[in-house]
Amino acid sequence: MGMTITEKILAAHAGKEWVSPGELINASLDLVLANDITGPMVVKEFEKIGVEKVFDRRKVVMIPDHFAPAKDIPSAQQCLEIREFSRVQGLEHYYEVGRNGIEHCFLPEQGLVVPGDVVIGADSHTCTYGALGAFSTGVGSTDLAVGMALGEIWFRVPESIKFVLYGKPKNRWVGGKDYILAIIGKIGVDGAQYKAMEFAGEAIEALSMDGRLTMANMAVEAGAKNGIIAPDEKTIEYVKVRAKRPWRVYTSDPDAAYAAVLEIDVTDLEPQVAFPHLPSNTKPVSASAGIKIDQVVIGSCTNGRWEDLVTAAHIIKGRKVHPEVRAIVIPGTQDIYLRAVREGLVETFIEAGAVVSTPTCGPCLGGYMGILAQGERAVSTTNRNFIGRMGHPDSEVYLAGPAVAAASAVLGRIASPEEVE
Amino acid sequence: MEVLKGRAWKVGHNIDTDLIIPARYLNRYDADFLASHCLEDIFPQLGQRINPGDILVAGRNFGCGSSREHAPVALKSVGFSCVIAESYARIFYRNAINIGLPVIVAPEAAQSINDQELLEVDPAGGLIRSLSSGRTYRGELLPPFMLEILDSGGLVPHVAGKVGRKCSK
Repeated sequence: MGMTITEKILAAHAGKEWVSPGELINASLDLVLANDITGPMVVKEFEKIGVEKVFDRRKVVMIPDHFAPAKDIPSAQQCLEIREFSRVQGLEHYYEVGRNGIEHCFLPEQGLVVPGDVVIGADSHTCTYGALGAFSTGVGSTDLAVGMALGEIWFRVPESIKFVLYGKPKNRWVGGKDYILAIIGKIGVDGAQYKAMEFAGEAIEALSMDGRLTMANMAVEAGAKNGIIAPDEKTIEYVKVRAKRPWRVYTSDPDAAYAAVLEIDVTDLEPQVAFPHLPSNTKPVSASAGIKIDQVVIGSCTNGRWEDLVTAAHIIKGRKVHPEVRAIVIPGTQDIYLRAVREGLVETFIEAGAVVSTPTCGPCLGGYMGILAQGERAVSTTNRNFIGRMGHPDSEVYLAGPAVAAASAVLGRIASPEEVE
Repeated sequence: MEVLKGRAWKVGHNIDTDLIIPARYLNRYDADFLASHCLEDIFPQLGQRINPGDILVAGRNFGCGSSREHAPVALKSVGFSCVIAESYARIFYRNAINIGLPVIVAPEAAQSINDQELLEVDPAGGLIRSLSSGRTYRGELLPPFMLEILDSGGLVPHVAGKVGRKCSK
């Protein structure tokens, strides 16, 4: 019996030839990550442990991105705490506002994560890096503090579920977000609880790296420990111009054991919309059309990448944001932002009547930069539509990909991209 | 680990960490502040209504969503002595153990117990007794190393005892 990619990476980091699901292991860490929300709590817990220094100052990343640029005095204080800690510890990877981005857009872009890594982050969407063929998962601040002190963490080796996506979507607007929403809609918000979600098949092979990052990003919305895609030529192409370290490619053995294998034909898949208040409440956009909206957000660690902005700009170009809608576009990193300025995307968005913000998680978690009032509805390319997620507990969030979000911004209601073309 | 006693506060399935402590309060992380907003969109002014030691009883996938450790910290600080649920989201589960909040997987108990029933819980033995209904339920046993973490008062004091100077807590 062979091993899955997840099992192989964990075995290698536990110093073992072999691991199997359910086994408890201690795995060495290649990178640990915290932000301005979870980081201050990490620092507080780290200081209680009683070790003077982090296990390796080259392997700890701190990024103020959630409520940064600071939205108020307490947020500024939290940013200050991680900045100070990073300075005192001499962390190589502290990235300041203006030179950073949303953590899960920024780390892959800068080559800080490479295939074969084991990464923990005090942020649930740390699972994003599975798109590079790394084992990567979210933890809380205490786990992160201990990981930062010891350079290792305990894991229960997860069972894997394999999702084989085949076919070529007839609808040209269908992308990674639609695949992952369709999967979550199928298996539910705890459908992969404690498990690894492994994505494979010709539709994944055809998907861009940006689309793959979007898919792995939302594995946690199905309860998964990690999402993962075996590296292929596209991955290596992406990694080799960015990587700051050597990498190692792992792939699943043909005879690896899976808790389940789901085959999904994407040929007739439509763009998906997740209705309030769970990411699993998915419907095809054709069954969602007509719902009036007040705001559109295009951005986040899920869909704030270059390709997402290009898709949105393509639909919005030469059109106007609906008079009764606020459209907020948030490039995921400073590099993406700069490219969007240089290549005219920012101009397109502003001419259409949208706001373009500096990179921040801001509105996705109801922080700032676009909070919803009572009774308001938003279409958002973010990852969660829980009660009160983006503002007032009586507001509503509809999750979608950038194409549906852009079309909805133009038409003032949930709309399919074909309706504006 | 001591036997816990308190009244049940019942919530449904998929209670996410945004509901436990909304992100609008994540610009601070002191436990008392988080407690003052714990579950406020479900139970307004919970802090003034709860008795210390009360027990949260939830459905499936409790604590899904964000990795914010502020969620179990808020639950513990507002006065809950433990959580009983059909199942947990994994990050929340780890976080709860790590900060010393016992979390018990007990589907039958979680389904059968009614709001405000008086409960007695032995986390180490996985036993749940309703003094209101007289029924007894068996939850899943925590692995020994998790019980050790809980007994130490959380992961940091547990680890500090091994690697660092004596933990201040």
